[in-house]
Amino acid sequence: MAAGAPLITFDKVWKSYGQGEARVHALAGVDLAIKRGEFVAIMGPSGSGKSTAMNIIGCLDTPTAGTYSFMGIDAGRLDRNRRAMLRNLYVGFVFQGYNLLARTTAAENVELPLIYRGVASRERRNLAMQALAQVGLVGREHHTPAELSGGQQQRVAIARAIVTRPTLLVADEPTGNLDTARTHEIMELLTQLNTELGLTIAMVTHEVDVAGYAERTIRFLDGHVASDIMKVELA
Amino acid sequence: MIWETVRLSLRSIRRNVLRSFLTLLGIVIGVAAVIAMLTIGSGTTEKVKADISKLGSNLLVVRSGRPAGPGGPGGLDQVVRPLAEKDLEALVAHLSGARAISPASQKQVRVIFGTESLTSGVTGTDSAYLEARDWKLVSGRPFSDSETRSGTGVCLIGETVRQQFFGDGDPEGEIIRVNRTSCKIIGLLEAKGYTGFGQDQDNVVLMPLHAYQRRIAGNRDIDNIYIAADDRTPTSELQPRVEDILRDARRITPDRESDFAIRDMTQIADAMASATTTMTGMLGAVAGVSLLVGGIGIMNIMLVSVTERTREIGIRLAIGAHEKHILIQFLVEATVLSLLGGIIGILIGLALAGLASLTLTIPFAPSPAVILLAVGFSALIGMVFGFFPAMRGARLNPIDALRHE
Ligand SMILES: Nc1ncnc2c1ncn2[C@@H]1O[C@H](COP(=O)(O)OP(=O)(O)OP(=O)(O)O)[C@@H](O)[C@H]1O
Ligand SMILES: [Mg+2]
Repeated sequence: MAAGAPLITFDKVWKSYGQGEARVHALAGVDLAIKRGEFVAIMGPSGSGKSTAMNIIGCLDTPTAGTYSFMGIDAGRLDRNRRAMLRNLYVGFVFQGYNLLARTTAAENVELPLIYRGVASRERRNLAMQALAQVGLVGREHHTPAELSGGQQQRVAIARAIVTRPTLLVADEPTGNLDTARTHEIMELLTQLNTELGLTIAMVTHEVDVAGYAERTIRFLDGHVASDIMKVELA
Repeated sequence: MIWETVRLSLRSIRRNVLRSFLTLLGIVIGVAAVIAMLTIGSGTTEKVKADISKLGSNLLVVRSGRPAGPGGPGGLDQVVRPLAEKDLEALVAHLSGARAISPASQKQVRVIFGTESLTSGVTGTDSAYLEARDWKLVSGRPFSDSETRSGTGVCLIGETVRQQFFGDGDPEGEIIRVNRTSCKIIGLLEAKGYTGFGQDQDNVVLMPLHAYQRRIAGNRDIDNIYIAADDRTPTSELQPRVEDILRDARRITPDRESDFAIRDMTQIADAMASATTTMTGMLGAVAGVSLLVGGIGIMNIMLVSVTERTREIGIRLAIGAHEKHILIQFLVEATVLSLLGGIIGILIGLALAGLASLTLTIPFAPSPAVILLAVGFSALIGMVFGFFPAMRGARLNPIDALRHE
């Protein structure tokens, strides 16, 4: 990959569901590029294709037509297991609903991606503790999700996403379930990870406030990119 | 990684103790039934073998008549030529490899002492009979050679006869009446109990052959000749020798069939044992069907488990689990579950077999091979029936799985 080349490239990406009359185009020829280290917010009305785009960016899904390349790899044409490997090595996920394993402690949740990497148990434990410290959850390692608040659960999820030192963090409405104070705490944490670790972040949000933390905002409308604005241009 | 997965599955089994237990029930009952069946079965086989060996070990029994079925219609063969004293003498003179050779003629006869009476198996024989049949005397003495030769009215009685006439008292020297002839008791035979077929082996009276022939049978025939092989000679080797000697003694020309039959009690014992083994195998197979039902139970619960944990599977897939990781996780869980059921089943099965061996007075004969097989089989059932649900989990689309409520 040449220096300065984008981390993520959409080349006329289509994603369609259903057949004939009922065919829906969640993405209709999207062109897009995101560079390493960028912090991008993705906005747009409900059903405009944000989550669909995020799933492709995170190598969870593949385009119906067009090309998606991730780190110069044609990720849209890889098989399931190869995409799983890409996700495990380079991508961290944060979801609106936290998606932690129930009845499993914070530390064990954070360790999970390392298990699939074959990291030895002792080192797993250390790395998990470090990640939990990074998100400010020291002392909560052995609590299960049911014993943690929403904000704390989302911090565990972020710790799980960054424990593998990924290149890209994909966050679909990470603050969607949180109150204002908790939202800002989480956003500050993400900003810090972006600036300190150089983590590339792609984040979906409905709130302008939240998008304000990112340096770039892409607006989707009916499966198209409607606008793509850098923060400096806004100011 | 695999150990990690085993721990994980144990944890998920513990989380649903009641449900796991109910799922296991099928396997537990199946394995318990198979283990109990096979253990009781092999105990029965041992018992049957022991019963038959009570008849005497390494024993050949010769009787007159063709080996199987009557001869041609109207042929002279059909007239059965009984065994005679000279046949016995020929064997005693020429047969090598025999530990004991003894004649025996039997009849059910009414035996009377005082006012009591009893129908007993009365046998006319000689002093080698006890050795041929591995039979010992509790008290008294066997017939002497001169008693055998002269046909003196002396007899040995079995435990049942003693109980009937004398209770626990000493029968020696008493005179009993056997079919209108009297005979003096000179010894008591060791109790042998019942055979596996319910025949009382102790309701017997032994007397010298000549006495029997003269006073009870009224002829000079010998019904059977018992030949016990010595320790170095297998009965299969002894049998043709006996045949040769007897054909010679009975002047049977080579173009004619023998007019006597030789039965090998060892062979009969083996045949009986293999019959009970077959029976046991069949019962075991029937019990094995319930294992299949148990397997279907495992499959059912694993399908429920995969559905319940769809979101968990989605999370695991999203953070980089391969299909094979999910597959292994659920396969291990199913295997651990059914292995657990198998082990519980083995313990219950052994307990049942132990109980049965106490009440049926058969030996408790657990077989390590069968137990190992049950362990292996229950693990296999977990893998086989867990495979379909596990595959279903592994094939889930991560996006759909994550969205699952
Ligand atoms: N699996 C699917 N099957 C059929 N249609 C789908 C599927 N997933 C998404 N869609 C459709 O694609 C379009 C885009 O959906 P998407 O989830 O990307 O919207 P979104 O921008 O994330 O909306 P929201 O803000 O509500 O989350 C919608 O019209 C949706 O109905
Ligand atoms: Mg969405």
